[in-house]
Amino acid sequence: MESSALPDLLQRVLPEARVGVTQSSDLHPTVSIDRRDVGAVMPVLRDHAELACAVLAELTAVDFWPREPRFEIVYLLLSVQHRLRLRVKVPVPGDDPHVPTVSPVWPAAIWLEREVWDLFGIGFDNHPDLRRLLMPDDWQGHPLRKDYPVQVRMAARTSEPLQVSEQEFRANLERDRRARR
Amino acid sequence: MGLEADIPILTTTVEKMVQWARRSSIWPVTFGLACCAIEMMAMSCSRYDIARFGAEVFRGSPRQSDLMIVAGRLSRKMAPVLRRIYDQMPEPKWVISMGACASIGGVFDNYALVQGVDQVVPVDVFVPGCPPRPEALIYGIVQLQRKIAQQKLA
Amino acid sequence: MPDIRTETMTVNMGPQHPSTHGVLRLVLELDGETVVSVAPTIGYLHTGIEKTIEQKKWQQAVPLVERMDYLSAQSNALAFCLSVERLLGLELPERVRWIRILVAELQRINSHLVWLGTHGMELGAVSVLMYCFRERELLLNINEMLAGFRMFPSYLRIGGLREDLPRGFHEAVSAFLDRFPSKLDEYEDLLTENEIYTERTRGVGRLSAEDALAYGLVGPIARASGVAYDVRKAFPYLGYETVDFAVASRTEGDVYARYLVRIEEMRQSVAVCRQVLARITPSGAWAVGDPRITPPPKDRVYTEMEALIQHFLIYSQGITVPAGEAYVPVEGPRGEQGFSVVSDGTNRPWRVKARSPSLLACQALEKMIVGGLIADVIAVIGSIDVVMGDVDR
Repeated sequence: MESSALPDLLQRVLPEARVGVTQSSDLHPTVSIDRRDVGAVMPVLRDHAELACAVLAELTAVDFWPREPRFEIVYLLLSVQHRLRLRVKVPVPGDDPHVPTVSPVWPAAIWLEREVWDLFGIGFDNHPDLRRLLMPDDWQGHPLRKDYPVQVRMAARTSEPLQVSEQEFRANLERDRRARR
Repeated sequence: MGLEADIPILTTTVEKMVQWARRSSIWPVTFGLACCAIEMMAMSCSRYDIARFGAEVFRGSPRQSDLMIVAGRLSRKMAPVLRRIYDQMPEPKWVISMGACASIGGVFDNYALVQGVDQVVPVDVFVPGCPPRPEALIYGIVQLQRKIAQQKLA
Repeated sequence: MPDIRTETMTVNMGPQHPSTHGVLRLVLELDGETVVSVAPTIGYLHTGIEKTIEQKKWQQAVPLVERMDYLSAQSNALAFCLSVERLLGLELPERVRWIRILVAELQRINSHLVWLGTHGMELGAVSVLMYCFRERELLLNINEMLAGFRMFPSYLRIGGLREDLPRGFHEAVSAFLDRFPSKLDEYEDLLTENEIYTERTRGVGRLSAEDALAYGLVGPIARASGVAYDVRKAFPYLGYETVDFAVASRTEGDVYARYLVRIEEMRQSVAVCRQVLARITPSGAWAVGDPRITPPPKDRVYTEMEALIQHFLIYSQGITVPAGEAYVPVEGPRGEQGFSVVSDGTNRPWRVKARSPSLLACQALEKMIVGGLIADVIAVIGSIDVVMGDVDR
């Protein structure tokens, strides 16, 4: 797909979407969209006959501190049917970092967005289960931000935090199950 | 002490017997964390065969083992688990810290790793390497056996 | 008569458990022996590799990247080097590409042997572990011949390879390729028609093709469910389009199908290795000739001033990669791997993100385990071949 075909198709299908073209040095035609259009554009990318991107290959974030907009969420999409790869970038400002979730479109995004929240602190609106994935649950700070230090000198914790009571544990499981339904 | 002539009896001390028994059948608990665990598995397989040193069975449960080989990088989230498994092992118990990450944090000097498992559990033998060759780990176990041969009973 | 209680029982599996392939924690809710729900927890091996790489120079990232997915170490290094070379705009010599294909396919066989050994051991066939690791020792000997190190040789570098092939390399690889197919038949004799094995794995852990794609799985798991997608055929790299091999795929989507797919992949890897080995000359170009990227050979460094300066600049200052971002996918043993590399035009990476097929497989675990028996949990975890270093990075 040439670099101009994808933005043209998106403008045709969603005329109100704000779509920008970006150069890319690999085999991914790249567009950047506004974060308010994420909810409208992503289902089109998955369902439109010419695109059919059924696979979310990667969902990650880049921190460009101190440049504004500070963060950039990068979605790498793959269409097995058409042998097509796409890259979608969504700039996110640093003072109010949140983006709509794409987990209704691709369930693979559930954990990938949790990881971005854990490591970058970017919130995902309407995410079914937004909590830390890789760091301990009570960790302070978001490690992959550029203003977070690489080396942290603190004593290793040798005992786990207070265990919950049985009622609380069952309530937690019920809440998990309800969230996943 | 020793072998009396013409009488098939060997005399020794209780301490020596107990030391011999302890060092000749050290059973590790499976605590493979990362890449070092693969070399630990290779050590227990047919080429390097740790069974000839007595460490035949890797017990799944810490309550049935004497040795914990911490093989791999210890993250901050895993440190309480390591401590709990160590506490569940019955005395006498020993710990081998296998690899650079377990000994000192390895190549990863950052927020996520505990820089050395001796911050969490007491370590008897450190085996350097990234990952250590199986022969190096066997040497570590042999050193531990020599250490056990010197431990007093009381 | 006392009332019968019918509540579910909560069982914690892991993070220290002999069968979870590393530090994966599953909180299972059981109704008798049936799994009602599972809550996987990961992060027990999080090493912050991506943050550490941001502090290192480009070529220093290769050993770190190898330790992410520690069973497919050289595939990781290949994916990283391809992404950086795409940003640099390098064209590799043909001989380097054939050697890289050979190394990547041998790594695939290596990783699948560990998978097969541990999977068999967990289901009770302990001899399979001993046999697979015996063959793996031959591959580790080849790694040691290349760069002196068994598991993480760091032989693949940005711009090509670390140095030329050693003497005796062709003989060692040919000896392995001649010996291996009969050993593979030996493993199949042990497992494929074995009634215990088939009873434990047929119909267990089914994953449909739509679910596989929706959860982002595009490796052996998807191929076992009917999606015949292979990065080497769809987006060929390094010259795979000139190599003749078939893509293994089946339709049932259960643990047994994944086993058969991986065995077939090992056979196809042997075929690829044979073809590529015939194209590699015993000595020749081993890297791009660019003096800013490839360090000169040591005998020239010790005798010529320009070579000394070139060596010093590369190892102290590093190489400068133009600004931009690139992602080149490769077919690793677990599926599509790749590194999303962002450069800001200096000698240090700005951001490196590894696509982790094992993370997506852990996420899809729920779909495969719920409704099955607790003994099937072990079989399923073994079949999705997760490496926790790749999940947590």
